[in-house]
Amino acid sequence: MVTKKIISCYSNQTNSLSTNNIMDLILKVWRQKNNDDNGRFENYKVKADEHMSFLEMMDVLNEDLLAKKEEPIAFEHDCREGICGSCNMVIDGRPHGPNNGTTTCQLHMRFFKDGDTITVEPWRVKAFPVIKDLVVDRSAFDRIIQAGGYISVNTGQAQDANAIPIEKDLAGQAFDAATCIGCGACAAACPNASAMLFTSSKVNHLGLLPQGEVEHSKRVQAMVTQMDEEGFGMCSNTGACEVDCPKEISISNIALMNRSYIGSVFGSDKGA
Amino acid sequence: MKLDGKTPSGPLDNKWTNYRSKMNLVAPNNKRRLDVIVVGTGLAGASAASTLGELGYNVKCFTFHDSPRRAHSIAAQGGINAAKNYQNDGDSVYRLFYDTIKGGDYRSRESNVHRLAEVSRNIIDQAAAQGVPFAREYGGLLANRSFGGVQVSRTFYARGQTGQQLLLGAYQSLSRQISLGSVEMYNRHEMLDVVKIDGKARGIIARNLLTGKLERHAAHCVILATGGYGNVFYLSTNAMGSNVTAAWRAVKRGAYMANPCYTQIHPTCIPVSGDYQSKLTLMSESLRNDGRVWVPKKKEDAKAIREGHKKGIDIAEEDRDYYLERRYPAFGNLVPRDVASRAAKVACDEGHGVNRTGLAVYLDFSDAIQRYGKSEAHTMGNHSPDAATIKRLGTGVIEAKYGNLFEMYEKITGENPYVFPMKIYPAVHYTMGGLWVDYNLETNVPGLFALGEANFSDHGANRLGASALMQGLADGYFVIPYTIGTFLCNEIRTPKIDPNAPEFEEAETSTRARIDQILNVKGNQTVESFHRRLGKIMWEYCGMSRNAEGLKKGRQMIRDLKAEFYKDLFVPGTQNEFNPELEKALRVADFIELGENMMVDALDREESCGGHFREEYQSGEGEAQRNDEDFTYVSAWEWDDDQPILHKEELIFENVELKTRSYK
Repeated sequence: MVTKKIISCYSNQTNSLSTNNIMDLILKVWRQKNNDDNGRFENYKVKADEHMSFLEMMDVLNEDLLAKKEEPIAFEHDCREGICGSCNMVIDGRPHGPNNGTTTCQLHMRFFKDGDTITVEPWRVKAFPVIKDLVVDRSAFDRIIQAGGYISVNTGQAQDANAIPIEKDLAGQAFDAATCIGCGACAAACPNASAMLFTSSKVNHLGLLPQGEVEHSKRVQAMVTQMDEEGFGMCSNTGACEVDCPKEISISNIALMNRSYIGSVFGSDKGA
Repeated sequence: MKLDGKTPSGPLDNKWTNYRSKMNLVAPNNKRRLDVIVVGTGLAGASAASTLGELGYNVKCFTFHDSPRRAHSIAAQGGINAAKNYQNDGDSVYRLFYDTIKGGDYRSRESNVHRLAEVSRNIIDQAAAQGVPFAREYGGLLANRSFGGVQVSRTFYARGQTGQQLLLGAYQSLSRQISLGSVEMYNRHEMLDVVKIDGKARGIIARNLLTGKLERHAAHCVILATGGYGNVFYLSTNAMGSNVTAAWRAVKRGAYMANPCYTQIHPTCIPVSGDYQSKLTLMSESLRNDGRVWVPKKKEDAKAIREGHKKGIDIAEEDRDYYLERRYPAFGNLVPRDVASRAAKVACDEGHGVNRTGLAVYLDFSDAIQRYGKSEAHTMGNHSPDAATIKRLGTGVIEAKYGNLFEMYEKITGENPYVFPMKIYPAVHYTMGGLWVDYNLETNVPGLFALGEANFSDHGANRLGASALMQGLADGYFVIPYTIGTFLCNEIRTPKIDPNAPEFEEAETSTRARIDQILNVKGNQTVESFHRRLGKIMWEYCGMSRNAEGLKKGRQMIRDLKAEFYKDLFVPGTQNEFNPELEKALRVADFIELGENMMVDALDREESCGGHFREEYQSGEGEAQRNDEDFTYVSAWEWDDDQPILHKEELIFENVELKTRSYK
């Protein structure tokens, strides 16, 4: 757990709330009017309090820009507690910034130093076209789910929830895959812009559970096919996705999905 | 207009069964010809859209997010209640019903709440079948925990991510219907008006947020599942985008807003750290199972802490005031949310608050660490463990139970909660008020329905923990699919609604005029600055405690703010492009008007109940005093900028006796 390591540097720190550090930063931000525009970096100066989240620092910058009647930087954000998957900034070359297991919204300015220059870019993935500045179109992920990322059960058809016992460890394994927030950092981190970590996390979440086993081979084929059609690249095992996944989903999910996929195409469990 | 809740007759526990067994149905061949609009894709919206799609209706579903999966239901942590009684601890549909009515301080409708408790069981079955990875025991069966001051363990959970997993279940069902063509999904579309034809809701005006184009969407009926309005306070645990616009636009078209003053202030949130703060983060209520809440007894200690000369751990045991345990010995740290929040405010108002701002209390796990540490050591055969061993083992137990929450706390505050007691303060979390609906979840506008947090129906004046997820999914999966038929069975001969009808023309024109008005102000102040100011007014005068004088003053301040908003607002860009500032401005404009409605409602309700505490109505010991004689009604407001009209729906209790809530 790399997260633990980062956290532990604060373990015995004294109460920092009483003396706030203000730092002067230079932000090098990608500005792009729309998908037809070529885009460019622009530099901005901003003052940040160490207790601000990265997005609150961006809010301050935007308020500064608006005060000068300039166009604010468009970026995606919503829950600001690391679960909705909206925020998506490549910060100093890493999706969601320097801390492992952390979304952009949960990254705080105390991890930066006075005088730092910070580079902020959108996800760079062919299948995620830029809409404006740091906002990209991630609807490709929705289409991958629509291709088969579900269990076909209509409302009212369910049996009693305790009718199917599921081994605790297996349920835990399915859960680990199910924690994906659909942010797209895996594809942004991957040199091939592959969406294998995203796709495999849903394939395995459902496929590991008895409820989802029935449609498993059909599902894996449909989702992988859709993933290819969207223009995502293939996996070459660099492991970058696992490192930058804010939910720390394991790359072993990809191996498991590959096995299911091969089985579904060539094996006895061929899907429809 | 007389408000008819349309509660079916008959004994309480048979109402729903009888009602749905005898209601008119729409035949499958007719469902295919009927169009339904669903706005919102949280638990209520996604479950409704997918279920109606399964039934064969033509569904159009809208969200302002880039994907239906981002709705704020995703952030719910703790769990979902269901009267399964898997733990054999005496739970039942009646007990869940009773707890919810009592927890809501007797300000909700019996029939709706009982139905909620009944269908709660089906939700768990449905979610498990969808593959929602609920927590399980070693035997493979579902685990439960207790939650929010009730006496049974009926809460199902999925680590600290129950909302996420339930929403993904609903989202996946919705995705399946999208792939089957029964639901047409419109992402990045924000509803800006309801269109009424001959008094019935027949469509919406939506703005395509990428192009700015205003679109007309027609249907036989419209369902709003657009969430709560907690962001009227600017700082809340809601997502940044959560807003009241869809609901408020319905109000502007004649729908009634019910009980808007009922706001839930959640006691365990991370305190505000500075003026730049954009939102507040909730720490799950489950922490109160093991944490003890306290403030320094001596004001000079509190002052020293605020100034940074002392820390919580420097305060001796006898100098700590465990005020919840002192004031409420029976429930202690597990009193309901409204009670815990007010007590924290009292402690801080009296000058005992910690943190730089003075607006924080401690939530301390050191006793729990000791207790668990000793017990762990004992289990390992060590009967005289040293202090370090106890601490190490106890910390391990706390980490196993709450590790992800402690980690989140440390990420945000930079302080290690295993060493220093956590600092918490109440924050706006949920709104019990919402659009007035009858038993069918239909507003007073025929054909306009409201589900989930967007309606007012089930939680009265205070919501119990783990009940929001339950209500959202109950409404979407198991109520609206039936009750929508009561409206649509009379529409089977109605041809497709024409989006070129003059009513659509009028709605589009007036929406465009609203946008133009906002863009043409060309003043100097940002949307964000107006929103912050609105939030401060709301928190100050309509927050955790209210009084008549403050509410009158607050109302005037909001009216002044509104005038200033339309005189000095600055929004860059144009309407025909992706323009997030414009989106925010339209939402804040509606929040301002809602804020005034909340003040008016809080002023009318001359009693203290649930989340609504009027300083004039309290006991000598500072406890809330309800007035059942005069205020056992739902306040439904017909909005008018000058003279809002109050319609009352009397609440009739046939099955429970109204009692003073006591947690002492």
